[in-house]
Amino acid sequence: MLNDFLNQVGPSTVGGLASGAIYALIALGYTMVYGVLRLINFAHSEIFMIGSFAALFAILHMGITGPLSGFALAGTLLVLMLVAMAASGGAAVLLEQVAYRPLRRRNASRLAALISAIGASIFLQEFFALIVIPKLFDRPSQGRLQVPVPRLLERESLLTIGNVEIRNDHVIILVSAVIMMILLDVFVNRTRIGRGIRATSQDPETATLMGVNIDKIIRTTFLVGGAMAGVAALLYAMEFENLRYNVGFLLGVKAFTAAVLGGIGNLRGALLGGLALGLIENWGAIFFGSEWKDVIAFSVLVLVLLFRPTGILGESLQRARA
Amino acid sequence: MGDLTGENSALMIPPSQGAQLAIDEFNAKSTNVKVELVKYDSQGNPDQAVPLAQKAATEDKIVAMIGPGFSGESRNVGPVLEQGKIPSITASATNPALAQNGWKYWHRVVANDSVQGPAIADFLVKAKSPKLAFVIDDAAEYGAGLADAVAKEFEAKGVKVERDKIDPNGSDYSSTVTKVKAANPDVIFYGGYYAQLGRLLKQLRDGGVTAIVSSGDGSVDAKLVEAAGKPAAEGAVLGCPCLIPYGSDVPELKTFSDNYKAKFGVDPLIYATEGYDAATAILKAIEAGNTTAEKINDYLATIDFKGVSKEIKFGPNGDIAANIIHIYQVKNGSLTWLGDSTQAQLS
Amino acid sequence: MNANSNTHSGNPFTAFRRTVGGLGDAVRDWWAGAPGWARWIVYGLLILLAIIAPSDFIGSFMSPETHWPSLLFSPIGTYVLLAVGLNVVVGQAGLLDLGFVAFYAIGAYTMAVFGTKYGWNFWGVLVVGIFMAAVSGVVLGSPTLRLRGDYLAIVTLGFGEIVRITAQNTDYIGGARGITNIPHPPPLFGVEFALDPLPYYYLLVAAIVLVVIFAKRLERSRVGRAWEAIREDEDAAELMGVPTFKFKLLAFFIGAMIGGLTGVIWASKVIAIQPPNFPFILSATILAAVVLGGSGNLPGVMFGAFLIAWLPERFRGFADYRILIFGAALVLMMALRPEGLLPARRRRSVTGNGGEPDDARPGGAKPASTEADGMAEEVAR
Repeated sequence: MLNDFLNQVGPSTVGGLASGAIYALIALGYTMVYGVLRLINFAHSEIFMIGSFAALFAILHMGITGPLSGFALAGTLLVLMLVAMAASGGAAVLLEQVAYRPLRRRNASRLAALISAIGASIFLQEFFALIVIPKLFDRPSQGRLQVPVPRLLERESLLTIGNVEIRNDHVIILVSAVIMMILLDVFVNRTRIGRGIRATSQDPETATLMGVNIDKIIRTTFLVGGAMAGVAALLYAMEFENLRYNVGFLLGVKAFTAAVLGGIGNLRGALLGGLALGLIENWGAIFFGSEWKDVIAFSVLVLVLLFRPTGILGESLQRARA
Repeated sequence: MGDLTGENSALMIPPSQGAQLAIDEFNAKSTNVKVELVKYDSQGNPDQAVPLAQKAATEDKIVAMIGPGFSGESRNVGPVLEQGKIPSITASATNPALAQNGWKYWHRVVANDSVQGPAIADFLVKAKSPKLAFVIDDAAEYGAGLADAVAKEFEAKGVKVERDKIDPNGSDYSSTVTKVKAANPDVIFYGGYYAQLGRLLKQLRDGGVTAIVSSGDGSVDAKLVEAAGKPAAEGAVLGCPCLIPYGSDVPELKTFSDNYKAKFGVDPLIYATEGYDAATAILKAIEAGNTTAEKINDYLATIDFKGVSKEIKFGPNGDIAANIIHIYQVKNGSLTWLGDSTQAQLS
Repeated sequence: MNANSNTHSGNPFTAFRRTVGGLGDAVRDWWAGAPGWARWIVYGLLILLAIIAPSDFIGSFMSPETHWPSLLFSPIGTYVLLAVGLNVVVGQAGLLDLGFVAFYAIGAYTMAVFGTKYGWNFWGVLVVGIFMAAVSGVVLGSPTLRLRGDYLAIVTLGFGEIVRITAQNTDYIGGARGITNIPHPPPLFGVEFALDPLPYYYLLVAAIVLVVIFAKRLERSRVGRAWEAIREDEDAAELMGVPTFKFKLLAFFIGAMIGGLTGVIWASKVIAIQPPNFPFILSATILAAVVLGGSGNLPGVMFGAFLIAWLPERFRGFADYRILIFGAALVLMMALRPEGLLPARRRRSVTGNGGEPDDARPGGAKPASTEADGMAEEVAR
């Protein structure tokens, strides 16, 4: 057992950090929306899915069939990232307009908003399975099957320490995730709109009285959260090279877990929660087998919440409460 | 009956088309009896299959059923058909336990997983003489059952076995890849469907695992190559109780392929020959003047003819008498037939 | 940019919403004012309707494409009973539970294990199954019920997944293969329980009637009032001397019992159960049924469950599109009538954390800040 652990802990850590980085980027969307609206945006997993297919659409239309390298790779990734961010961000704003705003207008309960979110999530999945994938990707009657993504970069080992290989794709994922986190942190803490977001999440009524345009703030929150899911979507498409209409579901649950683990509403908590979750899963799998991954993840979540009811870093976007 | 539109419909459409072909040929020849094929789309889901079977038996008054396609739905539908005294022939449900229910109206034209698993393991032992095998499955009924049978046979042959499971809905199999790499096996077997095997293969090869990867009938699909990518899929070995006539020269197979392609515009794929044979068995019963469900069932007990896929003759429990497993390999990005598991050679 | 922040009054959407809403409200208000005997007649008629429901005459309209009595048992009957159970937790006590399917699974597995391994009789297992589910409700609840609303949601979701994955990976209870050949209940009043869905359906109807009576009595008792207080304002309830934790745990306990009961009855019919029978989406569907019907109002909840179970089967003709339409319909219904089709009468704001009233409204956004918009524009620039 211990021997197994020592043999596998290195590679597991690398794998865990890579998947954790993707969790973290998706978790940001949950955390930001929760911070501002106190709403579990259940359809966020579909925002991610839309971004991943947008990236694939762009890849196919740019005529990329084989692996790239050097500047071509960097440029392509940047373009694809912008496409995915635009698609996910746009879809998130649209989602807010259609599924949440009418409820907000009527002061509906949060439970109603949650059901609306579940409905939107089902709708978007089916919409892709029945219409978008068969039509746009020319796969008639195969909407529920996975769609392959052409390889963007050849996997290369950059560095080997003992039995741990550091691969270029893992480095790209981690570095991109950290850069996006820093940019987002600056945006929320240093800009005017960011201040509005923080004000709204602390006290929406006072923020309104102070002249903050709540609708605009909410729209921005969805846009930014969605865009982060778009980045995750591109990285996911690049790494796993297979997309499905329901690809977001499992990742969404994991990302939400990560958000709660780190402290929901807290941006840095999302990063920490995501990476921690990725590591916990992969380390746990060494001892118990990969089939227990999810059980381990949820058990750790319950344990953490028992001792720290607001997550590891607490809720900081908003005022910490009770 | 089977999953005609759902996630695994790629496995069910060829046998239903095979059956369609047999019935259309029959109707074109026959003047006094016409046979109608009614399709029931269960999406492979037992909860949907049971009410549909009940309707088929009581309201639509079918005389025989081809299907259900999967083992899970077969198990729940079986009792309904027994009670309705409707004979059924499945072309693709390979769970061994189905034959042990004492059902009198149930038949299957393919070998079951307790034959398939050991046959694949024996083949690998013979071809590669491995010391250590790594057996992975998708923690679902079919995949885990097949993987268990393979692992047992490996151990019986003195091959050490290590196991892991993957989440069929997940994408990140890095923890499994890490385990495989640490174990450094000679052969890898995966019990499950091609979609997951494709993702797993890709990650195994990217992770630097070079051992031969094998799987069972759930993975016999050209989409495996698409999902894994050509380089990663190359050399994968697949066992299947099905006979797929990939450009075969055998006269009967060639005629079947040509007719099939002329009708549906695609090559016959997995379980198409078996679907054809299942329908043919029922049609032979009808041809012999049996038009009620009971009589068809009686006739099936004695039937013995040379089908496209194999000799069709049922044992007393409804299982096929001829237990043949065929071996396929991915070569240059497409599946090729190597022969049956006792004779096939790895190149 | 601020154009769309105005309210959309006067458009056809709003008009339609008022019509639909008016109808639902009218029904509810009449109900509230109706004398006791009128209610009993309605109850009687409903039970009568449930008894004659499986007839071919009704079936030919209700489900032309699949076997109607089978549908009446599952999903319709099981969804209704599950929704009544979940309503105790979500509608009455205001606790957001996203893993209700776990209790259903525990009930079903109890039936399967005791039935196949120990040859127990259905009625014996029924008691054990309800007990097991209730105990697991307490096991889940006692550490987690101290958490605030949304944390509870993710933890319960996790619990549902843990139960399913554990079943999948535990060989003692069949692992991924599940359990086959689950015995049927013994004959009752000379009626054989075999493959015909009708006896099971009537068994389920009997269970629903009993559970509804039980739930109604609870609602009017001290317990029901305590739940209402917790749901509306947990802190205030605590201050007033209501032992909130104990009552929340009781809600979990009772909800789990009903979930377990449904599981036992369901498993006794289906012959075989497997872990994938208990996916997360089932929890979400039952929750949707509760909210769609009108969280907290029993007739509404049952009606919602009926609709959610029946509509996709009725419209099998649309094949795949039925699920797409189902999703869109949920969004539309919530926009039209966020309190559900037949909302509970006493309150408008629901669930979440009872702790802070301002939280009950998403974002606390008051209907449009039209005057403030100009200012906000400046600030935002």
